[in-house]
Amino acid sequence: MARQVSEINAGSMADIAFLLLIFFLVTTTMDVDTGITRKLPPPPPKDQEDIKVKERNVLKVLVNKNDRLMVNGKPDDISNLRAEVKEFLRNPDIHSPNSPENMPEKRKEPLNFPILGGDVWPSKGVISLKNDRGTSYEMYIKVQNELAAAIRELRDELSQQYFGMRFGQLADEKKIKAIQKTIPVSISEAEPEDIGGK
Amino acid sequence: MAKFKKKIGKGTPGISTSSLPDIIFMLLFFFMVTTTMRDSTLLVKIKAPGATEVQKLEKKSLVSFIFIGPPIKKQFGTEPRIQLNDSFATVDDIPEFIEKERQSHDEADRKFLTTSLKVDKDTKMGIVTDVKQQLREVGAFKINYSTKKGFDK
Repeated sequence: MARQVSEINAGSMADIAFLLLIFFLVTTTMDVDTGITRKLPPPPPKDQEDIKVKERNVLKVLVNKNDRLMVNGKPDDISNLRAEVKEFLRNPDIHSPNSPENMPEKRKEPLNFPILGGDVWPSKGVISLKNDRGTSYEMYIKVQNELAAAIRELRDELSQQYFGMRFGQLADEKKIKAIQKTIPVSISEAEPEDIGGK
Repeated sequence: MAKFKKKIGKGTPGISTSSLPDIIFMLLFFFMVTTTMRDSTLLVKIKAPGATEVQKLEKKSLVSFIFIGPPIKKQFGTEPRIQLNDSFATVDDIPEFIEKERQSHDEADRKFLTTSLKVDKDTKMGIVTDVKQQLREVGAFKINYSTKKGFDK
């Protein structure tokens, strides 16, 4: 005696789905957010004295308000920056506490990474990046990009040498840590100075 | 023989549309998964600079955005301005903004909060530096300079 249930008409299902589809197409965006991630240093204490760093341990990179570059006192072009930074931060013999005369010193305390074959002395070299208030953001990002690229390439080389693959391909947390610690992102951004106006 | 003759004179059968809703639903789910909701309307023009060493921004819910660029509407001037959420702001509003962002997240998540700076490429560094100094003051150290992948030719 069951009453016959009339079938629901599914013909308009497509229209409903289309409506939803168009709604989502309009309200959402597809762009993936990408960018260069950096960590800001904590604000300096009020009474802090200038930390003395030896000249050979610092690579000074200055960008002025006309987007011109100066590396260690000499005018330079952005296309050379990556090679210079690589040359500066290169750590050819990570197992030795000493470095050649014209290279930055090594840190006093070695790090122990059995994966890399024992004690490792990272370089003390620091890149000091200083920009003017009038520098364009585009140029600043270009410089940051070159610095990041140099460090990435150095890490790749080290990773290639010890693990036979590029740094980006490493999956083992321990290996990633070891490489990161051996070649740290040593970029120091100077306290801003107001020169040159807007 | 008759079997074959039957077909003659019969027009092409109509294409069945019964699977159309399924296809559309598939598309719908594809778009729902791959896209994200537009959360704030931009009041400033932003043309992101290009870079090659870009990283993907993980965990969108833990990211707060600061937009800096020239206003889209001309009546607000042409100088680059800061946009927080849906309105214009000044550098002094940033600590409050960051504090609010912190309050709206779990205690455990707070240390993963990232601030993404979406800055127009023609902006001068002065305003960006001011923002960065403010972020340092309030302890929002993790930042991300939003860039596109690849350089403009």
